[in-house]
Amino acid sequence: MSSRGAQSWSQRAVLAAPYLWLVVFFLVPFAIVFKLSLSQTAVAQPPYVPLLDLGAGFAGLVDFLRGLGVETYVLLFSDTLYLHAYFKSLIVALVSTAILLLIGFPMAYGMARAPRRLQPLLVMLVVLPFWTSFLIRVYAWINILQRDGLLNSALLQLRIIDTPVAWLASDTAIFIGVVYSYLPFMVLPLYARLEQLDRSLLEAAADLGTPPWKTFWLVTVPLALPGVAAGVLLSFIPIVGEFVIPDLLGGSDSQMIGQVLWVEFFANKDWPVAAAIATVLLAVLVIPILLYERAQRRALEQR
Amino acid sequence: MAKTGHAAAALIRIEAVSKSFGGIPAVDDLSLDIMDDEFFALLGPSGCGKTTLLRMLAGFEVPDSGRILLDGTDIAPLPPHRRPFNMMFQSYALFPHLTVEGNVAFGLKQENLSRDEIAGRVAEMLALLRLQGMGARKPDQLSGGQRQRVALARALVKRPRLLLLDEPLAALDKKLRAETQFELVALQRKLRTTFVIVTHDQDEAMIVAGRIAVMNRGRLEQVGSPAEIYERPKSRWVAGFIGDINLLEGKVGKGGTTLDTVHGAIRVTNAGSAGTTAWLALRPEKIALAMKKPRSGRNAVPGVVTEIGYLGDISLCKVRLANGAVMQVSMPNSGAELPSAGAKVWLVWPATAGVVLKQ
Ligand SMILES: Nc1ncnc2c1ncn2[C@@H]1O[C@H](COP(=O)(O)OP(=O)(O)OP(=O)(O)O)[C@@H](O)[C@H]1O
Ligand SMILES: [Mg+2]
Repeated sequence: MSSRGAQSWSQRAVLAAPYLWLVVFFLVPFAIVFKLSLSQTAVAQPPYVPLLDLGAGFAGLVDFLRGLGVETYVLLFSDTLYLHAYFKSLIVALVSTAILLLIGFPMAYGMARAPRRLQPLLVMLVVLPFWTSFLIRVYAWINILQRDGLLNSALLQLRIIDTPVAWLASDTAIFIGVVYSYLPFMVLPLYARLEQLDRSLLEAAADLGTPPWKTFWLVTVPLALPGVAAGVLLSFIPIVGEFVIPDLLGGSDSQMIGQVLWVEFFANKDWPVAAAIATVLLAVLVIPILLYERAQRRALEQR
Repeated sequence: MAKTGHAAAALIRIEAVSKSFGGIPAVDDLSLDIMDDEFFALLGPSGCGKTTLLRMLAGFEVPDSGRILLDGTDIAPLPPHRRPFNMMFQSYALFPHLTVEGNVAFGLKQENLSRDEIAGRVAEMLALLRLQGMGARKPDQLSGGQRQRVALARALVKRPRLLLLDEPLAALDKKLRAETQFELVALQRKLRTTFVIVTHDQDEAMIVAGRIAVMNRGRLEQVGSPAEIYERPKSRWVAGFIGDINLLEGKVGKGGTTLDTVHGAIRVTNAGSAGTTAWLALRPEKIALAMKKPRSGRNAVPGVVTEIGYLGDISLCKVRLANGAVMQVSMPNSGAELPSAGAKVWLVWPATAGVVLKQ
């Protein structure tokens, strides 16, 4: 009896670990950011009011709560600057994720079907870019995309274009940079899934009269879907909040939400608005994740 | 019975087929005919090339040399999805993302059939294999035996010319396996489809098959009905692989009716030309134990009982001969008194009880 009790206690501790992780590294920081988004800017240190004065006791708490408000959110939804930035971020993330899937799936598929002994090498090659700093790699793209850069000279040499194209400071440059940077995040989960695919299933499909191209759609793709979901989430979510790539490669005419957030926080010193931007961004990202989770749980319950 | 089958044209003719992996032969110059509407077993020890042969029939492996003919036509140019054969995989290879119904209908959907016809044939097949009411389940919600039947249904619903079964019962427990063996036979009789089963279990092959091909190291040792293979094995290897066997070595005497062994001259039939070395193969159940030397007619060799094993229906008795060789004798447990260990006994058998083997 006692040993069972001890076991269930340790089991509970194991179950609690991820929740503890969530509380310490997600909920607490989020509470701080959320509280910040309800504050007002002030020329002070830190640059916002109200501050919770624990020395003032209960009255201090009341004062503090009275000082909170939703003005930042009103501002966020009334100024089209912010809405545009959100919209652009979602579009960039959506389009890049689609491109990533189109490039990443064949890559992962090829890797998974390569001879066994070559596969570790191929995985290494996909991961290799991580060995150089992300920032340096984006700077390298500036070099490649600039007017007298590698891309233009190559295209001129091949006579595909006859005047240099202005790649840099455009949305095209953002897409190139994003797709390049996030490709491993799409390829690796897809590869992990496709590599596990039981080859006898493909043989069974052939045995039942299915030509190879059809087997791909009827067996390989459905079984790869969890990998697709993982790859899509791993790319889409960070791309929406991407700051470095649009800042270094994109133009100045329109901004992504990460850039706006940076400007509010560091240039305008408007921490509450920056915090509100982050909170709304989180809501925009969490909703699809929750929907996905629910769909998965329902699929599990159906069994 | 099998003899009449030979006269008919073969459904499948395997002609001198060889296949090696990395220079090591898996199937070696093998020729074999499989008749229409027969239950055929490929039997052999692990690694002897059974699966490789089956995969060449299904089209997943290409022979290095030799031909495989279906109704007299070479099927080498046909990719697996064009062959009118279906295979039941050893791992079942059920599609985990599809329901039982989806799995069984999978092959029919490639055939340009109407929706109603597909639904009808799937339902019929599920009923035949006692899977009614499970159509909506996913493979991971089934027991091992149910999964096995789904795999069978999925292959049979296509009405193949040839059903290939790779160790179909290996994953089932002993009791279920025994039941399923009889079901397979009944199914084959009912559907009149040619079944080719791969197994390394000799009992299974004997129970289900009309004809058995015994393979060893990629080569064919013997083809024949279960009784032929058991009663008339062609080699010491086959005799030892199928059931238990006692071997007595000797020189063939004049007229081919005796074998001169260390235990004296033993009367046999059809031993062949005199002077050659041969082995008398005797099944344990063909030998009787006697306390006294029988007067005449039958062969008799003295020995000492070393062990008695009680197996329920029969008892197994080990008898050591004068030269140290140990012979196995099996006796039905029908109430007669068994000798005890240490007893001096005579092993007795008629001249017709064994087979003389040359190799
Ligand atoms: N794809 C392959 N690559 C290399 N060697 C193989 C391959 N397939 C089979 N072999 C080899 O060929 C030989 C015959 O294998 P096979 O699978 O046909 O045996 P089996 O009779 O089916 O044995 P088991 O009863 O263990 O299934 C074995 O030595 C095996 O190692
Ligand atoms: Mg095998």
